[in-house]
Amino acid sequence: MSTTPLSDRFAIDRRKFLTRSSLAASLLGLGHALPAWARGSHGGTMARKGSDVLSGEHLTMTVADSSFATASRHGPAVTVNGTLPGPLLRLREGQNLVVDLENNSSMGTSIHWHGLLVPFLMDGVPGVTMAAVEPGERFRYEFPIRQAGTYWWHAHTLQEPMGHYGPIIIDPANGDPHQVDRDYVVMLSDWSPMDPHVLMKKLKVGEAPFNFQKTTATDDYPLSGAERRMWARMRMMPTDISDVSAPLYSYLLNGHGPEDGLEFAFNPGERVRLRFINGAAMTFFNVRIPGLPMKVIAADGQDVRPIEVDEFQIGNAETYDVIVEPTGADAFAIVAEAMDRSGMGVGMLASRPGARADVPLLRDPPLLTMADMGMNHGSTADSMDHGGMDHGAMEGMDTGSSGAASGTMDRSMDMDSMSMRDTSLLPPSVKVGPGVDMVSMNPVDRMGDPGIGLADVGHRVLNYRQLVSANMNPDMRRPTRLKEIHLTGNMERYMWSFDGQKFSAVTDDPIRFAFNERVRVKLVNDTMMAHPIHLHGHFFELVNGAPHGHQPLKHTVIVQPGGSAQFDLTANEPGDWAFHCHLIYHMHNGMFQVVTVRPLQGGEG
Amino acid sequence: MRAATLLLFPLAVLPSMAIAQDHQHGAQAPKESEATAPSHTPTEPSAGDGSGMDHDTMDHGTMDHSAMNHGTMGHGTPDRGMMEHGPMGHSGMEHSAMPDDTPIPQGPPPPDAFEGPAFAADAFVGAEKMAASRASVVREVSGLPVFWFQADRAEYRAREGKDGYLWDVQGYYGGDLDKFWFKSEGEGSFGEKPEAAEVQGLWSHAIGPWWDLQVGARQDLAGPERTYAVVGVQGLAPYLFEVDTAAFLSTKGDLTARIEAELDQRITQRLILQPRVELNLSAQDIPELGIGAGLDTAEVGLRLRYEFAREFAPYLGIEQEWKLGGSADYARLLGEGTSATNFVIGVRFWF
Repeated sequence: MSTTPLSDRFAIDRRKFLTRSSLAASLLGLGHALPAWARGSHGGTMARKGSDVLSGEHLTMTVADSSFATASRHGPAVTVNGTLPGPLLRLREGQNLVVDLENNSSMGTSIHWHGLLVPFLMDGVPGVTMAAVEPGERFRYEFPIRQAGTYWWHAHTLQEPMGHYGPIIIDPANGDPHQVDRDYVVMLSDWSPMDPHVLMKKLKVGEAPFNFQKTTATDDYPLSGAERRMWARMRMMPTDISDVSAPLYSYLLNGHGPEDGLEFAFNPGERVRLRFINGAAMTFFNVRIPGLPMKVIAADGQDVRPIEVDEFQIGNAETYDVIVEPTGADAFAIVAEAMDRSGMGVGMLASRPGARADVPLLRDPPLLTMADMGMNHGSTADSMDHGGMDHGAMEGMDTGSSGAASGTMDRSMDMDSMSMRDTSLLPPSVKVGPGVDMVSMNPVDRMGDPGIGLADVGHRVLNYRQLVSANMNPDMRRPTRLKEIHLTGNMERYMWSFDGQKFSAVTDDPIRFAFNERVRVKLVNDTMMAHPIHLHGHFFELVNGAPHGHQPLKHTVIVQPGGSAQFDLTANEPGDWAFHCHLIYHMHNGMFQVVTVRPLQGGEG
Repeated sequence: MRAATLLLFPLAVLPSMAIAQDHQHGAQAPKESEATAPSHTPTEPSAGDGSGMDHDTMDHGTMDHSAMNHGTMGHGTPDRGMMEHGPMGHSGMEHSAMPDDTPIPQGPPPPDAFEGPAFAADAFVGAEKMAASRASVVREVSGLPVFWFQADRAEYRAREGKDGYLWDVQGYYGGDLDKFWFKSEGEGSFGEKPEAAEVQGLWSHAIGPWWDLQVGARQDLAGPERTYAVVGVQGLAPYLFEVDTAAFLSTKGDLTARIEAELDQRITQRLILQPRVELNLSAQDIPELGIGAGLDTAEVGLRLRYEFAREFAPYLGIEQEWKLGGSADYARLLGEGTSATNFVIGVRFWF
């Protein structure tokens, strides 16, 4: 193992880190005078913010209980090698990797290599590919690095929301097509001092307990009385955007809250690569750098043809690499606004230490629309002007709409006459029960949707239809089989599932694919929340209308509320693979399944 | 506005690719490498062109991408990707729309997919170890049992005569569909025996997305000893009314029923007005309990609470109670009033 010191490009980070650690040390000194409960600590040591860099062929990653503090919040955390996020693994395509995981924490742990093509036994999912690594135990991961790009790793237990995650950069074996002057990881996350089990219970028994943006008698939401009554009649909330939000969460960039003043250095005119990773437990982020267009060059680690945008939404577990060329100002704010706009993470691109740009105010919270209820009558939300000429047009085409942008009027009329739960619309594969509170009436493909709240922001926002694989995909076969999977849930009971059945009901009945089978998977979202769905061990191709052979490769796909999304999968990695919603409390309440690829003797990756 | 500008450019002038580049570079300090990038773009497919779009429209979308491709190329990297996807993408542009028209059939997995072990890791990790691990994960990700306790009303009641108190609490332990549910309520005046006190233990089973069927027993702890069998339905009605209805059959054969409904009307994110209605009914006269057949009592209340935390909210309110019909007659016989107005102060909390 070799722990390389922070390189020049992380120089700012290091300076921060030094002051932070002395601060942490003094806090620790102070802390010892207090009882454990008052320190909010269960491990005693403070997590250092930001990542060290690990590279080489043999690494050791040590999980430990810890404490974390940001602004006025502090509480228990879990660290790997003492930092939050844990170490950046800087690897090279074609190398071999051995990682010794040591568990010094008080809980079972594991590391899942998110987006990496690994033999299934190395995938790190307790109950599926291994047993959890219990306190005091070790586990050795060993696999070749078969790809390049931006990825991340995280625990596949409830240690993940406490800080057990970190970035991975894999340099291409044959040189990077993108020449840049600086290369930064921007790992987004959300952190709360509340224990994950407690948090989950409150979600279960409370009525959207962390949402402080509900409709009220005194709010400013552009909703008519009739619309408000309609939502109440449906027993749903138009503000049900995020289950957990800023009243509980601090939004972090590389472990740093907005008040920490995280800086990424640049010299004017340089090309800067920013590798955005959404390592949050429950938060979708809207990412902007006001005044600076971003050229998206990779999605989920895989190169795409460059697309210039002003903003993109990044779901949990997704990654986007962008190139920016900051010039004309001393500083630019990197803004990661939570999708429900309750709070934001902020960092600075700074041309000199201390340079600051204005941080925009939080925008008004978005509201769910007709389309989010699966009643797509003209893509109210989509056809507007996000500077995206193409998606507007395509969306209209897709839904055969007259382009009606007048949501308000037909929204109330339509909802009156429609059942929100017409279970006859579901295929027999979906088990209907108390866990299904909504059925999408007309779940159209929403690949062209920029994401909740971004339809009319007035500038260019990325959508999935714009992603085109930069390289030719290896498998050009047309899928021989369509597999439809419904994303189901009940907001009131906080139940989540696939096809109406949580994991306990289907433990012996996984989703089956034959080795090398080419399958089209259609995900239909019968809920009013967006779900980032992740398949382990594979890349799939978004069916997004990209030119033949150039469908973008992803490991995680956001399925918009009330809509559908399709991907083509070549099931060429034998074994058992987790398949789940990457909102951790959705996964931990049932939206989890196993995908098996058989026979096993097809070769183990 | 950038969006509008971008739209106008290619519509106004012809070689839209060139314009796109100009615009691109105009926005920032031009880089030499980009300025000299060769113009390949006409052979570049547009992003997301698979659906066979109108090319006039698509040009706008293409514009940015092609401009960026130039930027990338301009740096002189030998780009395998670029070499390949020019021609390939181009052919895709022409053909991709066609095969997509025929639907892909749904069907069961091929027989191969059922081969081999049920759980792939068993042979490598150990079947026993994996079974235990799987069991704990199934438990963890399919909903651990939850304990919940809520005091919906715990209040001091100021009124004519002696002031009184009231509690109304409930809670459960269990999973998503089946729970052990308990309820207790009671009231009285200070310095006197409680007028009413009861506990219920119920099995609660989800019968729909919003409704639970509840079956169990109720024990009265004040006044004449009574035990009841309980059947009820509790849940969330349209328009977000919390509704709790139950029928009670006593060991003496008396049949009574209770309907409660309340609504949280948010004034602000933390200030909440809660109207509440409760009706008690009886199928027969029950003289020893002072209950007449028909509508027995009605309560209408209005409480204004402030949620310091979602879990802790003190409130102020007013509640009006009436005895009706035969019950009112019994009350008058005993020289009691048939209605009362309570000014209440209390706290609602849960954990």
